[in-house]
Amino acid sequence: MTVITSIPPPEAAGEAASVPAGGASSVPLPLRFVGRALRTLWGNGKARTGMIVLGLIIVVAVFAPLIAPHSPTATTFTPYRGPNATNLLGTTGNGQDVFSQLIYGARVSLIVGLCAGALATLVAVTLGLISGYRPGALDEVLSFVTNLALVIPGIPLMIILAAYLQGRSVWTIVLVVAFTSWATGARVIRSQTKTLRTREFVTSAVFSGERLFRVTFREILPNMTSLVAASFFAAATAAVLAEASLEFLGLGNPSTVSWGTILYAAQQQNALLTGQWLMVFAPGLAIVLLMVSFTLVNFGLDALSNPRLREK
Amino acid sequence: MRYILRKVVLFVLTLWAAITLVFILPRLMPGSPVDAALGKLASAGVPITNAERAAVQAQLGAPHTSLFVQYGDYLRSIATLRFGTSYSFPSQTVALTIGKALPWTVVLVGATTVFAFVIGTLLGVYAGWRRGRLADSSVTIGATFFGAFPPFWLGLLLLYWLSFKYGWFPIKGGYSPGLTPKWSLSFLGNALDHSVLPALTLAITTLSGWVFGMRNNMINTLGEDYITFAEANGLRSRTVALLYAARNALLPNVTSFGLVLGAVVGGSVLVEGVYSYPGVGNLLYIAVTNHDFPLMQALFLVITLSMLVAIFIVDLFYVRLDPRVRSTA
Repeated sequence: MTVITSIPPPEAAGEAASVPAGGASSVPLPLRFVGRALRTLWGNGKARTGMIVLGLIIVVAVFAPLIAPHSPTATTFTPYRGPNATNLLGTTGNGQDVFSQLIYGARVSLIVGLCAGALATLVAVTLGLISGYRPGALDEVLSFVTNLALVIPGIPLMIILAAYLQGRSVWTIVLVVAFTSWATGARVIRSQTKTLRTREFVTSAVFSGERLFRVTFREILPNMTSLVAASFFAAATAAVLAEASLEFLGLGNPSTVSWGTILYAAQQQNALLTGQWLMVFAPGLAIVLLMVSFTLVNFGLDALSNPRLREK
Repeated sequence: MRYILRKVVLFVLTLWAAITLVFILPRLMPGSPVDAALGKLASAGVPITNAERAAVQAQLGAPHTSLFVQYGDYLRSIATLRFGTSYSFPSQTVALTIGKALPWTVVLVGATTVFAFVIGTLLGVYAGWRRGRLADSSVTIGATFFGAFPPFWLGLLLLYWLSFKYGWFPIKGGYSPGLTPKWSLSFLGNALDHSVLPALTLAITTLSGWVFGMRNNMINTLGEDYITFAEANGLRSRTVALLYAARNALLPNVTSFGLVLGAVVGGSVLVEGVYSYPGVGNLLYIAVTNHDFPLMQALFLVITLSMLVAIFIVDLFYVRLDPRVRSTA
């Protein structure tokens, strides 16, 4: 579920990030920018919690081989075992350790979430900027495509795409999810570009002979970094859920170790009927925590782009 | 009415885009999908006649004919509701299979959406009004968590705890096995009993969209000058929040109806699958597990069409709600 539901009032734009292009400092501009954004986000209680949880998940994913007690794929244990001292969350029907799978599964969910989020945001930013900056026929066409992508039901579209593209790798899922979840971001970025287009700094950049690409990406884009980041996290949240859903339906690669495939395996072996409810509960909870951490960071970003939403 | 005309154009073109997408996808598949489909039909016990072969070719593409001709055949078959033969339900037409399932989903999704809209909007109004207080934080944090629940996961857990463990609700299906669907009080009661858990699952997981939307709109509206003016006039805080702010904050929330409906419809696919609820979501679940492409394609088109109709009705309703749309049109 996306959380960028409000388009900030026009006066918020200048406050959000007034970054003059260039500037005399030894630190490169993007780094200074990220540093300041992180500090502001840290000041927001909800965003701070989100960043801590996300950080923990990233640590687990990166150091999975050190944290996991067993190999996630080795079929060395008695199948269908309930939770016990060696297998904290029990074993699968193939005799794999569910707890180790849970630890390694963080990798796939993070990669799919971040890559699909980044890809969807790239499309959203490009289409949103062009469409908002160039009113007329091009805007009409791009807005129409955006509206079209918004009303076609996402999950059924993903299901039919994933069913036909029989690649069955994580990257197929990344592409499918990115293809179906860029539209919300594009619409928000388009409206914001429209309000920024008539500002003096844009006019002066145009009059000084800057080209379209430079005006949009170097002058306008830096003024809505928080919106771009917000649509990134919204798309990433949607991607994590979509990946889990597709894998639960059996449209993923069953030999990949991910939270979605643990749930698929649990459903295939009727884990609930045999009392192995932890095998369903734990990976789902992990998905919830990752999505909640993305959403919490987004609360902070919403507050950056819309001062009215800031915590008092 | 330019506004309505634009919506009609979007409606028609979206439907066309969905239909065309279903045309293109099987033709991008490697190998010969027609032979694969005929093989599947034969193994499902369907006699392969020439008519059957022609129907499959209309959907998936006949060899040695131009794409243009194929597209014409395909559009004709869609217009006459001939979607080919499903591998999962070979004894009846795809249109009939879907037609039987559709009412179940329309009622489930419709009732859930209305329920989630009312509760979610009220919670959003309350959170926006009590902004920064304990009530606001609890609503926001709660909605964040519930909104992140994968619908099928919550469905499985509720099924485990409330049906298996405590036996409060029936375990699966839309009605008890042995009953035949009919308009009688006892059957409706039975069906209602079976729909409580799927509806609850969908409502809980889609509530947050309305809550966040409404809370943000409330906060933006409460910052407007006319609200300050109303407060300066000495009106009670509750009056200002409910009669002045909430009414105006509601409008943008109505426009996000399409997005939230999309989430409910998407969720219903997985939730109906988990509960074996006899709706189109469960059919799609079956189609996916059986690689049943004819059924899958038809379902995608039917789901898209139903959603477009629902969004179109809301758009018409919106014209009545917001005079600004009428005056600029």
